[in-house]
Amino acid sequence: MDLSAINPVLFIAGFFVAATPLIFAAIGELVVERTGVLNLGVEGMMIVGAICGFATAVETGSPLLGFAAAAVGGAALSLLFAFLTQVMLANQVASGLALTLFGLGFSALLGQSYVGIKPPRLGDIDFGPLREIPVIGPILLSHDLIVYLGLALVIAVWAVLKYSRIGLVLRAVGENHDAAHALGFKVKRIRTLAIMFGGACAGVGGAYISLIRVPQWTEGMTAGVGWIALALVVFASWKPLRVLLGAYLFGGLVQLQLNLQGVGVAIPVEYLAMSPYVITIIVLVVLSRDNNRAPGSLGRTFHASS
Amino acid sequence: MKFTNLLTGLALAAGMATAAFADGHEKTKVGFVYVGPVGDGGWTYEHNQGRLAVEEEFGDAVETVFVENVAEGPDAERVMTQMALDGADLIFTTSFGYMDPTINVAAKFPDVKFEHATGYKRADNVSTYSARFYEGRAIQGHIAGKMTESNIVGYIGSYPIPEVIRGINSAFIHARKANPDVEFKIVWAYTWFDPAKEADAAKVLIEQGADVILQHTDSTAPQAAAQEAGNVVTFGQASDMAQYAPFPRVSSIIDDWAPYYIARTKAVMDGTWESTDTWDGIGAGMVGIGEITDAVPADVKAEALALKDSIASGEYHPFTGPLNKQDGSVFLAEGETADDGTLAGMNFYVEGIEGDIPQ
Repeated sequence: MDLSAINPVLFIAGFFVAATPLIFAAIGELVVERTGVLNLGVEGMMIVGAICGFATAVETGSPLLGFAAAAVGGAALSLLFAFLTQVMLANQVASGLALTLFGLGFSALLGQSYVGIKPPRLGDIDFGPLREIPVIGPILLSHDLIVYLGLALVIAVWAVLKYSRIGLVLRAVGENHDAAHALGFKVKRIRTLAIMFGGACAGVGGAYISLIRVPQWTEGMTAGVGWIALALVVFASWKPLRVLLGAYLFGGLVQLQLNLQGVGVAIPVEYLAMSPYVITIIVLVVLSRDNNRAPGSLGRTFHASS
Repeated sequence: MKFTNLLTGLALAAGMATAAFADGHEKTKVGFVYVGPVGDGGWTYEHNQGRLAVEEEFGDAVETVFVENVAEGPDAERVMTQMALDGADLIFTTSFGYMDPTINVAAKFPDVKFEHATGYKRADNVSTYSARFYEGRAIQGHIAGKMTESNIVGYIGSYPIPEVIRGINSAFIHARKANPDVEFKIVWAYTWFDPAKEADAAKVLIEQGADVILQHTDSTAPQAAAQEAGNVVTFGQASDMAQYAPFPRVSSIIDDWAPYYIARTKAVMDGTWESTDTWDGIGAGMVGIGEITDAVPADVKAEALALKDSIASGEYHPFTGPLNKQDGSVFLAEGETADDGTLAGMNFYVEGIEGDIPQ
């Protein structure tokens, strides 16, 4: 066992790549939940985004177009969920689970002809000489556009929720949809838009896996990241900046396990696989104070007559 | 995914229910159970090439069916049972983890012949077959030892089973012979096929200084990770993976199942099929060595080819003493070679490999 073989700079830099799909999926779901909707279909939207992004990138030769298509694909699938829960007033938990199952099967169908193909690569952003700065350069300035986009998105969501009128309305709808409705806000319209935003974010997160992290298409390749993202929203107690912290923590665990193996420390894989959920449960218990509770209307169906 | 497997199974059932007859003879039905997708570019892809070869060889006299992405567990048993119920005469189950399911299902269908790849349990209607991948690993190990500059060779293991450990040992022995300073870093992915995990494992090994990556998993994801790193050598696994040649992929181990699949199908047709145990290597053509590219220096390439020839002709065995186990006890004395029983159950590292085999 020789821990010196783990290069801390590269190890921490790897956090950003491992955490990016989680950040996108979780920040999207966080916005959805802050409007009082619980969408358990994150995994399904991610995997559909992964194949839409992959197929588009392969066909057009442009990874960025691929990411755009992934956002569209994820949002399109989330519309199905919006229709079920906002129009048909179906149970949100059941609809979300159905969305994940549907997404997994549908993506496998779409991806039949894309197995084993190499996608075009999205290179890292060239910061020129800045990259040569010791420690900071490799950790912060050696990534692709999407990593920075994810960071920017988290900060944007945080600012919007905290300081803007739109954010206030979003939160009002999530805390008490009847009160929001009485004030004249269009609860269903706001929720539908939030659901689509969540779908688009999940799609981009999925495409990050298929276009950058792996980069390949295979059935079921999101492998549970969507579920970890759901746990992450709870872990972050619905606060955007804590999503970042949690994503690095959860994303880093996988890296850590492989790194430790490389230097001869074997931790059973199962422990690391369950750790995000265990940590989330612990956080729930520890932080079960009032200011960290879930949005008041979370998961409740809204009907104007009620 | 289980859900899609279920759908595939249903589609299969529907498809197989419409059995065809060719000139009065019933077609011989051959089923294949795959652990990954046929497009994995590695292990399952090659088994599927074998299936296609059977179709080409016998034309209308056979009908083949396959189910891909079958998890090693209860799912596998269901898929095999379904195949047998749908009238398959011969079923190839192509992953180590299908061993017990194959034995269980075979007991229920004594008239159906089963062929299980890489396992060691047999029955009257169950044969086993495997390739001596470790012969190919010896050649890879030699090239790896010569090519590495950091003296760190990364190895992505799937599961700590004898077949994988055998490959690690064989590669290590020959890497050390070529380069006494070489060290192996071994990371277990606990999956045969998970591109995301395999890519992560490759990246971690590269970050920890490995400039050669050997893999015993089925996807091309490690090749992509190495290509991105730019100065890392890889080898095709199970399939040629030539799309990553000439660099990072400098050679490969290719599984050629076609002749075996054709011979076994023929035996079923002729009624001469018997339960056998086949374990062939480079000599018999079951293990092929993919083209060694020009990224490898000419003298190293010549040494590798000479090693391949001496293994193929049987004059050299990759496990030839003197060799010690990891704990320093004697494994093989001077000039002694390992017998197949020892190799089949190998559960220890040879001397010089650091780290423990996960239990």
